[in-house]
Amino acid sequence: MNLKKIVIIFFIYFLNLNNLHAIEPDVFVQSTVNRASLILSKNISKEEKINQLKEIAKETVDIKGVGFYSLGSVRKSLDNDQKKKYLELFEAYFLKSFSSRLAEYTNPEIQVNNKKILNKNYTIVNSVLVGTSERSEVKIDWRIYTKSLENPLIRDLIIEGLSLARTQKEEFSSILNSNDGDINALFKTLETFSKN
Amino acid sequence: MFKKVTIFLSIILFAINANAASDGELTLKKNQPSEIKDCFENLNRATFAFNQVLDGIVFKPIASAYRVLPTSVKSGVSNSLDNLSNLVTIPNNILQGDLKKAGINSGRFVINTTIGLLGLIDVAELLGLTEYEKEDYGQSLAKLGVGPGCYLVLPVLGPSTVRDTAASLANVMGGDAWYNITVKNDTQHFSDIDYYSSKVTAGVDFRAKNYNSIENLEKNSVDFYASVKSLYLQDRQQKILNSNGTIEAMNDSDWEEIEN
Repeated sequence: MNLKKIVIIFFIYFLNLNNLHAIEPDVFVQSTVNRASLILSKNISKEEKINQLKEIAKETVDIKGVGFYSLGSVRKSLDNDQKKKYLELFEAYFLKSFSSRLAEYTNPEIQVNNKKILNKNYTIVNSVLVGTSERSEVKIDWRIYTKSLENPLIRDLIIEGLSLARTQKEEFSSILNSNDGDINALFKTLETFSKN
Repeated sequence: MFKKVTIFLSIILFAINANAASDGELTLKKNQPSEIKDCFENLNRATFAFNQVLDGIVFKPIASAYRVLPTSVKSGVSNSLDNLSNLVTIPNNILQGDLKKAGINSGRFVINTTIGLLGLIDVAELLGLTEYEKEDYGQSLAKLGVGPGCYLVLPVLGPSTVRDTAASLANVMGGDAWYNITVKNDTQHFSDIDYYSSKVTAGVDFRAKNYNSIENLEKNSVDFYASVKSLYLQDRQQKILNSNGTIEAMNDSDWEEIEN
């Protein structure tokens, strides 16, 4: 066996190994919502549900990416200490906000229907929150960050065409504009939200 | 005289923003939420606070009671209101050059008003006439290339833009057949109260349908005013573009430079 053959075999093996570990974005979303549904249908307290949902969010959401996106162009003017502080405060804010929004639902059924690859970094996964007698069907799209195929991450939830990340970005922008661009005002707002 | 003044004011307002071009990309750019200025922010925030108080006293308690009604009753009311909104949608389908949708919506209106017992039952849906998207004069102006102008919060009515507020005047200038037969003209069958009660019911129906979402949003927002503004403008952009999906109305370049 010459060197060329060895290299080819090694290359094919390496490719297969990569494929084995790649997770399809739609499978990732379905698995994530199944995990969340399981927690929401459990007979445990709301506090416990929130804590368990926070753990799922830490594993499946690109909190750092969403945080920087929400900050808009201001992120470029922050020094390293400010960035570090912002990310700490943002994570606490995000986990509280995200999990308490989800905790309002009991036993939600989400069906993943389709996906559209935008580019190598992003895939949009389409799903629906199945309607009940209490509420109509809700269309939910997921922006999945696929730079690492083995570890896809959620970057946005788009509910009936309305992006939660964009809404959050505009909220932060409004706070900064009302305070002459002072990042400390945003820090204080995030801190207050997380503590209450 | 009032009609002439309104027309004149509308022309002045639109002349500021009017642009002959109306391709999709330009419409998308003009209606990007981030491009719409909040010129009257202080006044808007004050009106928003007033609306929140009004909501707490009037709309929220009524919507809360409305929600416990049987589903069949709520569906009937919703269907009936949707049917009435066809009277504004159809002329706007025509204004936007969408004759096919104008035909479908006209068919839906005739069938649902007659066989569907004044719109209570959506018979047209069962017959396969499912395509239904509400259109209004603000959307038609946007399609013609008129920019949204500044963001506005109206007392009681809530979020809007200068363009959409001005365009809504068309409803009371003959553009809404339901207004014409209830308020404008003295018919024997309908009166002003029918029109205004239908508008109040539409407000209650909207509030009831979005009851939990609004509560949830308020509880989890760090700036509720900014959240409502963003969601309203995103929704408006989608409606103007008649976009079913997410991707068309989103600017992906916002995300491109975010590296993990």
